[in-house]
Amino acid sequence: MQRRVAGKLREFLPERSVLWQDEDTRPYECDGLTAYRRLPMVVALPETEAQVQQVLMACHAMGVPVVPRGAGTGLSGGALPPGDGVLLSLAKFMRVRRLDPAARLAIIEPGVRNAAISDVAAPFGLYYAPDPSSQIACSIGGNVAENSGGVHCLKYGLTVHNVLRVRGFTAAGEAIEFGSEALDAPGYDLLALAIGSEGLLAVVTEVTVKLLPRPETARVVMASFDKVEKAGDAVAAVIAAGIVPAGLEMMDRPATRAVEEFVHAGYDLEAAAILLCESDGSAAEVEEEVARMKEVLAAAGATRLAVSRDEAERLRFWSGRKAAFPAVGRISPDYYCMDGTIPKKRLAEVLNFIAAMEKKYRLRCPNVFHAGDGNLHPLILFDANDPEQLERTEAFAAEVLEKCIEVGGTITGEHGVGVEKIDQMCVQFSPAELEMFRAIKRAFDPQELLNPGKAVPTLARCVEFGRRHVRAGGLRHPGLPRF
Amino acid sequence: MSFEPIQERIREAAGRGSALRIRGGGSKDFYGNAPRGELLDTRAHAGIVSYEPTELVLSARCGTSLLEIQEVLAEKSQLLPFEPPHFGPGATLGGCVAAGLSGPRRASAGAVRDFVLGAVILDGRGQRLAFGGQVMKNVAGYDVARLLAGSLGTLGVILEVSLKVLPRSPAEATLRLELPQAEALRKLNGWAGRPLPISASAWRGDELRLRLSGAESAIRAAVQAIGGETVAQEEAASYWTGVREQADAFFAGELPLWRLSVPSNAAPVELQGEQLLEWGGALRWLRSSADAGTVRAAAMRAGGHATLFRAPDKAAGAFTPLAPALARLHRGLKKAFDPAGILNPGRLYPEF
Repeated sequence: MQRRVAGKLREFLPERSVLWQDEDTRPYECDGLTAYRRLPMVVALPETEAQVQQVLMACHAMGVPVVPRGAGTGLSGGALPPGDGVLLSLAKFMRVRRLDPAARLAIIEPGVRNAAISDVAAPFGLYYAPDPSSQIACSIGGNVAENSGGVHCLKYGLTVHNVLRVRGFTAAGEAIEFGSEALDAPGYDLLALAIGSEGLLAVVTEVTVKLLPRPETARVVMASFDKVEKAGDAVAAVIAAGIVPAGLEMMDRPATRAVEEFVHAGYDLEAAAILLCESDGSAAEVEEEVARMKEVLAAAGATRLAVSRDEAERLRFWSGRKAAFPAVGRISPDYYCMDGTIPKKRLAEVLNFIAAMEKKYRLRCPNVFHAGDGNLHPLILFDANDPEQLERTEAFAAEVLEKCIEVGGTITGEHGVGVEKIDQMCVQFSPAELEMFRAIKRAFDPQELLNPGKAVPTLARCVEFGRRHVRAGGLRHPGLPRF
Repeated sequence: MSFEPIQERIREAAGRGSALRIRGGGSKDFYGNAPRGELLDTRAHAGIVSYEPTELVLSARCGTSLLEIQEVLAEKSQLLPFEPPHFGPGATLGGCVAAGLSGPRRASAGAVRDFVLGAVILDGRGQRLAFGGQVMKNVAGYDVARLLAGSLGTLGVILEVSLKVLPRSPAEATLRLELPQAEALRKLNGWAGRPLPISASAWRGDELRLRLSGAESAIRAAVQAIGGETVAQEEAASYWTGVREQADAFFAGELPLWRLSVPSNAAPVELQGEQLLEWGGALRWLRSSADAGTVRAAAMRAGGHATLFRAPDKAAGAFTPLAPALARLHRGLKKAFDPAGILNPGRLYPEF
C-alpha cells in the first residue's frame, strides 16, 4: 500500500516532495501535542496549488485518508498523521502573495507564520490582530483550521473575525472559495463554517486576512490580588465599567512563580493572582482609559498596581504571559495544557475545583487565563515517563473539562478538539448534534477521507466512552442542558 | 410559550412534505425570494433567557422583540454592536439573525455572524439541537451558530440565540463633508487605515457623513484630523436611523433597490441610477431599473456581488447565483439540516 501510494504521488510530485522512509517521516509523527504519535504512511510536500489538487484527487481515487498539516504547533493532535494515509504538509506555501495597504488586506499562503503577517504589514502602520501565544511559529493555515485566538481577542476577535476569504480544495480536489474581499458573500456563510473545522472540510491553500491600523500606543496595567476570587471579581468590574480592554489576562501564583524565574518580568510573587489589563488607542485615549482601569482595579481590592511606562516595559509585562508554557516546561518534565472556556462569573468556583483536583490526583496545576473572554489554560505538571502519572493527568483533565461544561462553558476555546478532547465531545453534545456534525462533514467530504477520526466522535465511540465513564464512577451530568 | 408547538408543526409538515414559511414580526417579508408555504409564526416563543452585562452576553428566544432587547441593553449602557436594521416595529431576534443584515456600524464593529455565540434550533426533522454556547471562545464542533446568520430560515427554526454585546461608547459625533464619490472613497479608505474611531459612514449626492464613536479625547482628535462641519446631535441621530431603517428619502419610491457588496476601495461602480454608499465604501445601494445581468456583472467586476434587495418583481432572483461547487455544498448542507426541504424553500435560492 505504502509503495503504491508513494508511487502514485511521485507521478506528479518531485522526489523531494514525497517522503515515506521512517527516518524522513519521523519529524511528522506528532504535532504540538506530543503525547499522541503515529508514523504517517506517506508525507506529501506539494509546492503548488495544482499539486495539492493532484494529491487530493489521487488520494480520493484510491480511497486513502489525507491529514493536512501546517506548522505542527497545534495542541490537540489535530495533525496526528494517519497510519494508513497521506500527511499533506502545506509548509512550502510560504509566500505573501499580495499586500494591499490601501484595501487593508493581505493575501497569503497557509504556511506563512502568524507573526510574519504583522511584520510585512508594519511599514504601512497595519497589523494582523489575532496573536496566539505561539505566533512566532504557528502558521495562518493552522490558525484558520483551529480558529485561533490570542490575548487580544476580546476587543479584536478571533481568526473568524479577521479572515475575509479562503481558497482551497475539497477532499475530492474540487476548487472552492469561501468569503470575499467584500464584507460578505452570497449564500450560506461557508467561511464561518470552514474556520475552526480542524481540516475536516477542506484544505486551504490561500488566505485573505484583514489588516487593522496599529493603535498609536498601548499600555498595560498590572494588578496584584491577595485572593483569586478578588481578581475574578475585578475582571467583572472592569467590564461593568464599560471598558473593553485590548487584553485582559490572569495568572495565578504558581504560574507567575514559574515564569518569573524564566523571564524576569517583574511579577508580584506574593500575589495570589495578577491581572494584566491593556489599553490601546491614541495617547490621550489610553491615558483616559488607564486612569479608569486603575480606579476600578483599586476599588476591586488590588494590593499593588503598576502601569507600563514605555513599550519595553509593556513587552516585559507581557513576556511572562506569552512565555507561560515554555516556563512551565522548565519546572516539570511534561505538562498537559487544558483549554476550557467558562462564563467569567464561575471563575472562582472552577479554580477551587481545580485546586481540589490537584489534591485528588496529587499533581500540581498552575493556571493562566484569558480572563477577558473566559478561556482557561490550566497546566497539569506530570512526568510522561511514568505511565501511571499520565493516566492520572488524563483523568484530572477530563474532570476539569466536564466541570467547564457543567458551568455553561465549553471543552475547548481555541486549541481544538483534535484527538485529545474527542471523548469529551460526547459529554458536550447530544447524539443528534454529533450526527448533524457528521452530516455536515459528509456534505463536504462524502467519503470521509479528510482528517478522519478527529474533532467529531462516532456514536459508537461515545457509547464506548459512556461505558468506561460509568465504570469510572458514574456519569456525572447525564441530564445536563448544554446551552 | 415552549417550543413544543413549533416542533409539532415541523414534524407534521415534514411527514406531509409540505412547506413552512417561518415568520417572526414579518418586518423582512420583502427580503430574499418570495416566501411560500404555510405560515409558522414564531412570535409566541419569546423572552430574554439571560443577560449578564459583565459577561457581555445576552441570550433570548427567537420571538423576542429587537426593540425590547435594545432597551434592556441600553439600561446597562450596552448595545448590539452590529446595529441591526429593524425594518418595522415588529422585528424579532430570530428574524434579525436569520436575515443576517447588519447596519451602519458593520464596517467597524462586525456583522451579525461575528456576534453570534450560540444558537438552539429545530432542524427540518423537528430535532432540538444546540450549537456554540454563551462564551466568547468556543471551537468544539463546527461553528453552526454563525452559519445560521443569513441562512434565511432554510436550515432550521432558530429557537434561541446568544449574542456578544458591547458597551456603548462614551462619546459620539457626526461630521459632514462635501466630496464627490471618487474622492469620498479615497478618503474613507485612507481613514480606515489609520486608528480613527469612525463607526459609520454614508455618502450620497456629494455629501459624506461620518459618525465617530469612542473616548472623548479620541473624538476630539478625530474631528481635528478629519475636518468638516459637526452635525447637531439630534439631527445626526435621526440621520443614522434613517440610513439604517431605509427611511431616508433615497429609499423612497418604487424603483428597484440593489445592494452591492464590494471591496471598500473598489472604484465607483458605473451604473444607471442613484447610489448611496455605506461601510467605508464596502456597501453601495443603487436605485435603478437597470437589468439584473448588468448590475450583477458590474458588481462582480468590482470584486463583489449584488442583491436585489427591494423590488416589485424578483424574477431575476434576489441573490447572486452560486458557482457550481458552492451550489453543491449548499444543497448538501440543506439536505443535512432539512432532508424533506420544508423550511422556507426557495427563500434563499430557488433550487432549495
